[in-house]
Amino acid sequence: MAKVLLEMKNITKTFPGVKALDNVNLKVEEGEIHALVGENGAGKSTLMNVLSGIYPYGTYEGDIIYDGEICKFDKIKDSEEKGIVIIHQELALIPYMTIGENMFLGNERGHKYALDWNETYGKADELLRTVGLKESSRTLIKDIGTGKQQLVEIAKALAKKVRLLILDEPTSSLNETDSQALLDLMLQFKKEGMTSIIISHKLNEVSYVADKITVIRDGSTIETMDKKTDEITEDRIIKGMVGRDLTDRFPKRKDVKIGDVLMEVKDWNVYHPLYTERKVVDNVSMNVRRGEVVGISGLMGAGRTELAMSIFGKSYGTNISGQLFINGKEVHLHNVKEAIDNKLAYVTEDRKGNGLILSNPIKINTTMANLAAVSSHTVIDKDKEYAVAVEYKEKLKTKCPTVEQNVGNLSGGNQQKVLLAKWMFADPDVLILDEPTRGIDVGAKYEIYCIINQLVAEGKSVIMISSELPEVLGMCDRIYVMNEGRMVGELDREEASQEVIMSHILKSSNKGA
Amino acid sequence: MNKAKVMAGVKKYTMIIALILVTLFFTWKTGGKILLPQNISNLVAQNAYVFVLATGMLLCILTGGNIDLSVGSVVCFVGAVGATLMENKGVNVWVSILVMILVGTAIGAWQAFWIAYVHVPPFITTLSGMLVFRGLSNVVLQGLTVSITNEFFVKLFGGGADCYVPDFLGGGEGLNLTCMIVGVIACAVYVIVILRGRMARAKKGYEMEALAPAMTKMVVICLVILAFTYKLAQYKGIPTALIWVMVVVFVYGYITSKTTVGRYFYAVGGNEKATKLSGINTERVYFIAYTNMGFLAALAGMLTIARMTSAQPTYGQNYEMDAIGSCFIGGASAYGGVGTVPGVIVGAVLMGVINLGMSIMGVDANYQKVVKGLVLLAAVIFDVVSKKGGKN
Repeated sequence: MAKVLLEMKNITKTFPGVKALDNVNLKVEEGEIHALVGENGAGKSTLMNVLSGIYPYGTYEGDIIYDGEICKFDKIKDSEEKGIVIIHQELALIPYMTIGENMFLGNERGHKYALDWNETYGKADELLRTVGLKESSRTLIKDIGTGKQQLVEIAKALAKKVRLLILDEPTSSLNETDSQALLDLMLQFKKEGMTSIIISHKLNEVSYVADKITVIRDGSTIETMDKKTDEITEDRIIKGMVGRDLTDRFPKRKDVKIGDVLMEVKDWNVYHPLYTERKVVDNVSMNVRRGEVVGISGLMGAGRTELAMSIFGKSYGTNISGQLFINGKEVHLHNVKEAIDNKLAYVTEDRKGNGLILSNPIKINTTMANLAAVSSHTVIDKDKEYAVAVEYKEKLKTKCPTVEQNVGNLSGGNQQKVLLAKWMFADPDVLILDEPTRGIDVGAKYEIYCIINQLVAEGKSVIMISSELPEVLGMCDRIYVMNEGRMVGELDREEASQEVIMSHILKSSNKGA
Repeated sequence: MNKAKVMAGVKKYTMIIALILVTLFFTWKTGGKILLPQNISNLVAQNAYVFVLATGMLLCILTGGNIDLSVGSVVCFVGAVGATLMENKGVNVWVSILVMILVGTAIGAWQAFWIAYVHVPPFITTLSGMLVFRGLSNVVLQGLTVSITNEFFVKLFGGGADCYVPDFLGGGEGLNLTCMIVGVIACAVYVIVILRGRMARAKKGYEMEALAPAMTKMVVICLVILAFTYKLAQYKGIPTALIWVMVVVFVYGYITSKTTVGRYFYAVGGNEKATKLSGINTERVYFIAYTNMGFLAALAGMLTIARMTSAQPTYGQNYEMDAIGSCFIGGASAYGGVGTVPGVIVGAVLMGVINLGMSIMGVDANYQKVVKGLVLLAAVIFDVVSKKGGKN
């Protein structure tokens, strides 16, 4: 048996209100490629952040044993000194610097006060050849594509004398050829004795490169499969990823009559706002009926949020084309105001960044999307505003001392309720809920589900975007499956299961990658 | 009262407490001179432009800690245009005032356009404005001083040596009766507004502030108003400039606290993305903030040339710093989204008291700058640190 390079023992990491990792164990042998798979939010990235020192020693429980000694990393620099380098999904390169400058950022060649640019670019070119990138190291990062940028990241890691390379979703933004080249590069490094950990959703890639696969679910390790001894099938991995029992985690919906189509989208196309040639939403058509909860399932980056936001008054993307019908009539929504006036609401997945003003009290957040309702001739009736806030606080059972409380001081679940209150007060017919239960505890989730049921009982329509399969299955009447910008499946409640959804996603990915 | 409540109270009224302490300090150091009626009256008249500019600056800062560096130059330019029209071209005074307001607002709109719709950083846009309008002031005045002889204009904007609201009631020696009456009426109006608000709330069954603290606050504010007007009455009465300041403070205090537009300023500064996704036109909010800044700079320009009874190419230098400093000292957040008009006024008064106190004490002008600079830094450090404390 080869020498164990890294062992993570009983790692537990808690965030306020959420246990992100619960007794996770991971063992990586020297010279192997180890894959980490799991759903969104399963804890893969958190685990890697613990390893690389982003979450410093002391903020988690358990031990990291690397190269035979217990490590107590305080910052990324500490882990990098040991040769552990992590390449994040979102590349961390500076666009207006050259490849060479980026590669040796924080690791400069020459003297501190007299940088040696010849050595920098010489070394950089050498490393670029190693990773098979035919570019001059004096090219600016912004002038090369994402695939090449990924290679620059790897070359940068090599410049740091890496022993353990961690790649977080390395191929998520690469095309087929670039992905294949990257995977082959990993295999070549393995031959040269390097150890790697790869985090990926694409099971075909994982089975292609990995020697061992560890499945993580809900912050715990489920199993580790060894290519040599176990028979690895995609079914087995999928089961490990999603295999949860569906007990009474979802409130029963009383017979809600599903009515006519309330909102319909036809041939919807959206392009990336910055990289305008990149299609983010590709010819999507969907509809939602009165009194219906429709789910959109898919992995992160599938284009679900982009779809929702582009429908919601073009708040995302450029070059949006397609038709939008509300109540059978075609509408053109040019901005968010028009979307709200047409009775749409988009409840963001990023409640802190895009949803709430954390430094402001609950009452101000509650009325923000419909301030006109509590004011006359632009003068706000603060008493009325207060009363509205209290009404919604009670309706949604938000736990807070008063509605004067700043939203930033609430727990995630209560913040989510304030966000829902804000949009319910805007009185929409169609609510698009984007990851409505992300990062909140089980009890609060249940309450959010109850609110959703209440909304459809009032004859509204709910579109629920969620990465949590059980939630989609438990709550939705109909489920769309989205992957890589396209709708790749539409399932009724009866025919849908976690396995069916996952295989829809993975099969369409396999075709693509 | 428990400790947490006391701490919250201290935090809420930090600047008022600081103002009281600073005033007490200077009263001690100057042997009570700082509280002489003449000094109090001067404090208002001399700093009128700061109050006006700081109010406008608050709106810019609310949008996200953005500042307007051009106000000093705009003040000078508007003054230069007005003085030239009135004195050299013989234009009617009302027409001149209108032109000044239009010029100021147009300058504001010019800068606001680039900031709001083209997303040029405010710092750069207004730095450009600072240079452009300082240069143009020189061009308009041809490098010379233009004296203002139009008495009506000077009186209207509270300039000159003797610009006070006349004592209609003839109060006799040493006490301006009109001023006193105004003080009493102000208190009465204030008390009535507060009580009616409470009654309306009680009627509708809304929650309200506990009686005892509300009454204490009311009494304290009434006493401050009366003491202030009494001091003014002992000198020459109400400085005309004070009326302008009061109008600006009330109008903008109302807009920021009671109207939807006012709310948008706070929302943009608090979380611009969330505001945009709530259907609010955030670009227009920036546009209004900077256009309005130009408008108020025009008003400050008129106050300035009236007070000096002249226009010079050097007027208005560092006015932007006084305005920005007042905002931050008065509790506006350097990140935007937090700050009130009353707070900014307290900040401006605090700066004024420090200036005045040090002048009376005969502190070297260079050291005065050092002290003011450190006070500004301390205020922002307080903001940053207390914000950090809130997060943990």
